[in-house]
Amino acid sequence: MSNETIVQFRVERLSILDENGVVDESLMPSLPDAEILRMYECMVLARTFDQRAVALQREGRLGTYPPSIGQEAAQVGSAFALQPTDWVFPSFREMGVQLTLGYPIRQLFQYWAGDERGQHSPQELNIFPISVSVGTHIPHAVGAAMAARYRRDPVAVIAYFGDGATSKGDFHEGFNMAGLFRLPVVFICQNNQWAISVPLSGQTAAQTLAQKAVAYGFEGVQVDGNDVFAVYRATRDALEKARSGGGATFIECLTYRMADHTTSDDAGRYRSAGDVAAWSARDPLLRLERFMTGRGLWNEQYQTEIRERATAEVDAGIAAMEAEPLLEAAAMFDHTCAALSPRQVWQREGL
Amino acid sequence: MAQLTMVQAINQALGQEMARDDRVVLLGEDVGKDGGVFRVSEGLLERFGAERVIDTPLAESAIVGATIGMAAYGLRPVAEIQFMGFIYAAIDQIYSHAARLRTRSRGRFTCPLVVRTPYGGGIKAPELHEESSEAIFCHIPGIKVVVPSGPYTAKGLLLAAIRDPDPVIFLEPTRLYRMLREEVPDGEYTLPLGRARVVREGSDVTVVAWGSMLERVLKAVDGYGAEVINPLTLSPFDWETLLESVRKTGRLVIVHEAVKTGGFGAEIAATVAEEGIFYLRAPVLRVTAPDVVVPMSKLMDHFLPSVDQITSALYEVMRY
Repeated sequence: MSNETIVQFRVERLSILDENGVVDESLMPSLPDAEILRMYECMVLARTFDQRAVALQREGRLGTYPPSIGQEAAQVGSAFALQPTDWVFPSFREMGVQLTLGYPIRQLFQYWAGDERGQHSPQELNIFPISVSVGTHIPHAVGAAMAARYRRDPVAVIAYFGDGATSKGDFHEGFNMAGLFRLPVVFICQNNQWAISVPLSGQTAAQTLAQKAVAYGFEGVQVDGNDVFAVYRATRDALEKARSGGGATFIECLTYRMADHTTSDDAGRYRSAGDVAAWSARDPLLRLERFMTGRGLWNEQYQTEIRERATAEVDAGIAAMEAEPLLEAAAMFDHTCAALSPRQVWQREGL
Repeated sequence: MAQLTMVQAINQALGQEMARDDRVVLLGEDVGKDGGVFRVSEGLLERFGAERVIDTPLAESAIVGATIGMAAYGLRPVAEIQFMGFIYAAIDQIYSHAARLRTRSRGRFTCPLVVRTPYGGGIKAPELHEESSEAIFCHIPGIKVVVPSGPYTAKGLLLAAIRDPDPVIFLEPTRLYRMLREEVPDGEYTLPLGRARVVREGSDVTVVAWGSMLERVLKAVDGYGAEVINPLTLSPFDWETLLESVRKTGRLVIVHEAVKTGGFGAEIAATVAEEGIFYLRAPVLRVTAPDVVVPMSKLMDHFLPSVDQITSALYEVMRY
């Protein structure tokens, strides 16, 4: 008889850029200055978009909107590692991912204004409609990865979700299948520590979310989600692994939801201003600016230019969205199915 | 032409379509080495390999969810849910995603998939193995619901379902799997979705029945001038064929093995009330299971509509 340890696991946490803007050179991915500038500019664009979206909602020009402020590093850093042919399965708080991949700003606003045309991904991108039903798109990413491998296509698949999704059945079913079939898929959890009013401690007894991958037979890693270099490096490595047959990876980006869950939420009901303030000091843009300053890549004039450019892009997107003719009522039938039934045709004619 | 059971006809359809179109893949619990618990996919793993006949983990939601991802990517996946009682775990995937991906992406992504599942009672199986919950799926815009009534219709409808550009729920009446043999053409053929067939012509009463109820109806109508309509597709329904028949007969009996309240028979009766009330010379009658939980086998004979109950309904409407 014996009582021996048969399995042990460990979870690593990757952190490259600290709050003071200092990087660990031994871990720093090689990125030309131009790429670092582009990362920063995408993060500024994401934040500008987000702030404008909240303001537009307050003015009644958008519907309910889920702010993503504070999560720019997790979104831009991971999206930066993707190839245009990769398949992306977003959740609803990933506008920074879509913006980085070049999704039209006009369409992002269009969607949040309540118009499905915003979800029609441009042909050159393979970005799925965002999943509103939490975590239920994880099996879709698994299926796309199965199809990509069957077709011998050199693409990887990435799925984004939040900490709340790790409690859903589809997370576990999808992870199990991804591990079992050793699929070319990367799962990114933006652990912003809040699922509406429920904090992470109310979601799981596990010490990390990353370790959940271990149970399904693949690697899980936690990264500092406000560190754009760490997120980029972890995602790049995971995508390379996926493309070279190494199977799935789960990346937990530890970040924080700085704003309300949505514009309909009031986070003051369930969390203290102090918690939020502590995370302000860890702002992903601030630390990147400090790093760039040290490298001679950033000054206030540059910041002003970049902000102005982002504002102009966002404004142009809003103007284009608002100039778009409204859909006719009959348009709700347009894509219900490939061919309408006689009853649907009759209903459409009766509008 | 060969005399085939429904299991053999479906197996033949799957094999022929996989040979014709390399986008077609099968996935589900025990569909590979075991050939499916009813042997519907027997021999297909050996013919097409494990990349195309995929034994999945026991996870219905992920089976349908992965099928959606495969279909959107460009394959033509056919998922098997082992019994209809287990499809409930995947309803979120069907309702929230498969049915609306085309709409939500304004046509950028589509879901040409089939979810096959054994359906209906009378096979002495455990609980949740004998469900007939087709009405749930008929209520979902964006998907089709198809119910064959034997080997010939099963093969032609399944080929049409796999080739359809939208998601199809394909309900295989389990009681019929091996109960009867029919002449089935050796080659491929399709039966159009959304089109009913008139199985028996008559001028006195229209009887609508699908799945395994058709066989009982055909026994019950002896001696009546009954026109028997077998919808084959419940959604979208072939209202034209039905209303044409009711216009001729003036009487309508609807037979389904699902429970009465909220059953698809209610939709049929309501449509006839809206569009064909003046054709009627008798009340519309429904012969259905009672509004109870599907019982286990000892009570199943009392649950399923019987030939006698159908005959009584015919007798009743003919009094008018």
